[in-house]
Amino acid sequence: MEEKEVLLSVEDLSVYYITHDLGTCKAVNNISFQIREGETLGLVGETGAGKTTIALSIMGLLQSPPGKVMNGSIKYKGTDLLKEKPKYMRKIRGKEISMVFQDPMTALNPIDRIGNQIAEVIYLHQGLSKAESMEKAAQMLEMVGISRDRFAEYPHQLSGGMKQRVIIAMALACSPKLLLADEPTTALDVTIQAQVLDLMNDLKKTLGTAVLMITHDLGIVAEMCDKVAVVYAGEVLESGTVKQVFKNPIHPYTIGLFGSLPGYRPDSKRLQPITGMMPDPADLPPYCKFEPRCQCKCDRCGAETPRLIEVEEGHFVRCFRAEKENG
Amino acid sequence: MGKILEAKELKKYFEVKAGTLHAVDGVSFSLDEGETLGVVGESGCGKSTLGRVLIHLLESTDGQLLYKGEDITHVSRSKLTDLRHEMQMIFQDPFASLNPRRTVFQAISEPMEIAGTFSKKEIDERVYEMMDTVGLARRLVNCYPHELDGGRRQRIGIARALIIDPKLIICDEPVSALDVSIQAQIINLLLDIQEQRKLTYVFITHDMMVVKYISSKIMVMYLGQMVEMAPTNKLFEMPMHPYSKALLSAVPQLDVDHKHERIVLKGEVYSPIDPKPGCRFAARCPYATDACRIAAPPLKELLPDHLVACHRAEEINGL
Repeated sequence: MEEKEVLLSVEDLSVYYITHDLGTCKAVNNISFQIREGETLGLVGETGAGKTTIALSIMGLLQSPPGKVMNGSIKYKGTDLLKEKPKYMRKIRGKEISMVFQDPMTALNPIDRIGNQIAEVIYLHQGLSKAESMEKAAQMLEMVGISRDRFAEYPHQLSGGMKQRVIIAMALACSPKLLLADEPTTALDVTIQAQVLDLMNDLKKTLGTAVLMITHDLGIVAEMCDKVAVVYAGEVLESGTVKQVFKNPIHPYTIGLFGSLPGYRPDSKRLQPITGMMPDPADLPPYCKFEPRCQCKCDRCGAETPRLIEVEEGHFVRCFRAEKENG
Repeated sequence: MGKILEAKELKKYFEVKAGTLHAVDGVSFSLDEGETLGVVGESGCGKSTLGRVLIHLLESTDGQLLYKGEDITHVSRSKLTDLRHEMQMIFQDPFASLNPRRTVFQAISEPMEIAGTFSKKEIDERVYEMMDTVGLARRLVNCYPHELDGGRRQRIGIARALIIDPKLIICDEPVSALDVSIQAQIINLLLDIQEQRKLTYVFITHDMMVVKYISSKIMVMYLGQMVEMAPTNKLFEMPMHPYSKALLSAVPQLDVDHKHERIVLKGEVYSPIDPKPGCRFAARCPYATDACRIAAPPLKELLPDHLVACHRAEEINGL
């Protein structure tokens, strides 16, 4: 399969939250990844890995202060979004790049009708009249499986799954090239999650949207994504195609994540969890961030910072063990 | 091994403005000592209410509850204190279930203090012993909950539930609020403790993979009713109720080689307030007929130990 053009390229991005009382939280540390047109990249990691901060930085929605982009670039179709003015970002946001937030209960305006909220995006970006925008919004509602009769309802009249579908309709109303989905189904029940994931898959196919899927659920990555990056303490520890990483996980953290899942080795009597806790982002280990919790660390891990090593084509691992085994 | 807990047609209704909310509607089961009963279902299906009714945090509206053969459906206040020595509960949210103004020591020792029959020295010893058992460092004994992360707080919840040596523990989504790596630590801990102390668990969760791992048998609930109950392996091998089928197929799988078929249900869960007659799942069920909308299906034992409440279960499953 021929690789499509690079749509979004994040290079060496570091984002810190600088506070007076809690010190400097290093949320994102020199992260790089790319998304090609029409591709779905899964960003997996646990609470505090920096996943949401990455998404907010791409959208230009990072609250500053305390958030601050320290270095790096976010290139969308070759333009560095970090250097552009807010006015430019307003033009891009919702039209070229849009976002689905985690919590559908709080992402909608509670005192505006759902149809109007969808129409607003269309009106602002597509140069249509108010009436035309309304009509398009009603079509979007139908596309996500909600009857247009509910156009004038308020968010509180909808269930969680429906709210998330309204948000997806809003995000896709202008056929964006890139969709950032931040834990889009975490707040939903499994059968409703299945509905929403199916819907996203269908829309992805028809509209050719590239997706950055942020999640902590490896099952969702397996079912939705082409590629995956495992994030820990603001760094990518392992990345590759979903097949590469799922069939041959190399980084001890990735292996630990799989070992923690009850469905991974169903016959074992106990799970194989990762010991210890996530490090404090204000006080990260100086070298390998995973070293304190790692089962197979060596002397080098506490003295040098490991680089990302390409262990096979397209499969990268940040660990000295991988380096040793692959020259 | 004898029966430890038995529920017969247990019901819990709430009177709300819009009518009567049928939170738990005729649930029956029996649980042997040392077993783990998994209760699964989606939000609003009544699984937490069921847990609370079992442990008398809520009084049942109707039905019967037996503990070791003794009727405990209605108990006096003093009897309840005795019962609490036998059954305890671990709550879902380790952020909300601890008193923010009590230290780790106070939180863990509270059940012993309430029992009122232990000396100060005994309490001290037991608290430290429990902290060791659940893997809490002794130095944390004077910390307040806000100083600790979710995994450690959940360990406090577990220590507190265990300290008076109960026989039965109701676990209400004990790992749902935790990250996967911490979740795995807590699941292992619960399994270890169960083995050591021969505990019986009622494990309430919405996570199908967790419930499969930890339970010996599983009850699937939908809108307050039990739609299927079977030993874990039988349920996963052959779910017979259309809802169980959809629920199991909806769980994202780790397998990257085979795309598995998902049964995507149409529509949403209906309100449990004054539910319509007939099968409560009929509106979303791909197999529903007119008969399903008229009469509620009774629970039938279609295979040994495998109970299903569906009019068309035999037909759908080729029995």
